Amino acid sequence: MSDPTPKIKILQGALEPDLSAATYQIHDESHTLGNALRWMLMKNPKVEFCGYSVPHPSENHIHMRIQMYDNLSSLDALLQALSNLDDLCITIDEAYQKNLGEGQYERWDEQS
Amino acid sequence: MASSSAAASSSRLPQSAYNPRRHVGVHAERVSDVSSTEYPGHYPGEDHSWDLAKFRENLKVEVKRLSQRSVEFDLVGVDASIANAFRRIMIAEIPTIATEHVYVWNNTSVIHDEVLAHRIGLVPLNVPPGMFKYRNPNGVPTDQDTIVFKLNVTCEVDKNTSKEKGAPRKLIHEEVLSGDLEWVPQGEQASVFTGDLPPPAPTNKNIVLAKLRPGQEIDMDLHAIKGVGKDHAKWSPVATASYRLHPLVILNPSKPIPPHLAQKFANCFSPGVVQVGKGGRVSIDERNLRKESMSREVLRHKEFEGSVELKRIRDWFIFTVESEGPYAPQDLFPESIRVMREKIANIRHAAEALLADVDGAPGAVAADGDVEMGGV
Repeated sequence: MSDPTPKIKILQGALEPDLSAATYQIHDESHTLGNALRWMLMKNPKVEFCGYSVPHPSENHIHMRIQMYDNLSSLDALLQALSNLDDLCITIDEAYQKNLGEGQYERWDEQS
Repeated sequence: MASSSAAASSSRLPQSAYNPRRHVGVHAERVSDVSSTEYPGHYPGEDHSWDLAKFRENLKVEVKRLSQRSVEFDLVGVDASIANAFRRIMIAEIPTIATEHVYVWNNTSVIHDEVLAHRIGLVPLNVPPGMFKYRNPNGVPTDQDTIVFKLNVTCEVDKNTSKEKGAPRKLIHEEVLSGDLEWVPQGEQASVFTGDLPPPAPTNKNIVLAKLRPGQEIDMDLHAIKGVGKDHAKWSPVATASYRLHPLVILNPSKPIPPHLAQKFANCFSPGVVQVGKGGRVSIDERNLRKESMSREVLRHKEFEGSVELKRIRDWFIFTVESEGPYAPQDLFPESIRVMREKIANIRHAAEALLADVDGAPGAVAADGDVEMGGV
């Protein structure tokens, strides 16, 4: 076997040297993370364009296109979006656990 | 079914639910305004960039109903892409344990080896997946990644039944049930599955796997391993995990429903959604709005045209999750968040390494040759 596929790589044609526009290939991911990450990237006002695609259903990766204003680095924006997405997950988890602990729900009996 | 004391599941809507920007239009033959527009730069003078404090303030998560097998909860204030990610993870990426390898020593039943093996694979097991590792595809099975069951059943005539002529013959093991799977502890497993932790077994003991006639026998060894639903549905921990958007019915005050049509109007909606008051005055009962089926029946009647609008609230997700397998229903959503964070951490780790690569060698060609950074 040759090298394992890298988790993330930059596709050919990225704007050098600042990576202000680039397409990232993320291995072993799908719409699940692609769409959520795209949304978080679009929430960044410095992102001019962001879109993702699943190039082929039998290839196990997604493409994430990021274009930045002001020659900023798209890789920095990607890292920022990942970190924001993690904060969002923590916030939702806390809210769910808090509400579940309060026990303000209807309990009912379901036969299997 | 549900008890009628649905006190916890119904409450009045907050005023913000009537913000038209949050509405998806439901029309006779189409829906409108499906996508969110709240991105930076879309509305002049408004800031829609990511703001954790604002998100936390607007977020509402409320568990509404809970049983031994299912949970219904509201997730309000998130984008569809986020809600959908959690839904997809619950179906396809939360690990469970299921039978993967079946070694058939004898099978004289009428059901084929591979069909029976497939059926056994689909039987949900009660084993907590967190205690096990993924099996190394090239390695040998160990007690940390494989659970072994034995299925050895022979059908016989019950000798104790009445010998009288014409009496019906009683058979033993006429049906092979999931409860016939017998756990064979491996290595240290016997000392782990003690006390509060029930021994590995199917969650439902009454699934019919095969039917036998006297003299027929099934003898198999089963190896159950950890996996995820995207590889095979047998590893999915849920029966269903779905969401719908909260329904909304808005009456037009400038075109009220005439009193003589009030009952007909109310009958266009699910029971309890429309109230007919004294003198035929029509109003919407917000506490029952979530029960509205959105049948669009009201849009079929000319006389109601323009007096009502059907909507859904774009960021109000009503999740319904049915657990099938080792997880308690209320634990599935937190588990999906955990998996999501794992995915994020993986990518972040790789992206940081990529950043170090790029910073470390400006203008150099990356090792895989895909990025040409020269030419400056």
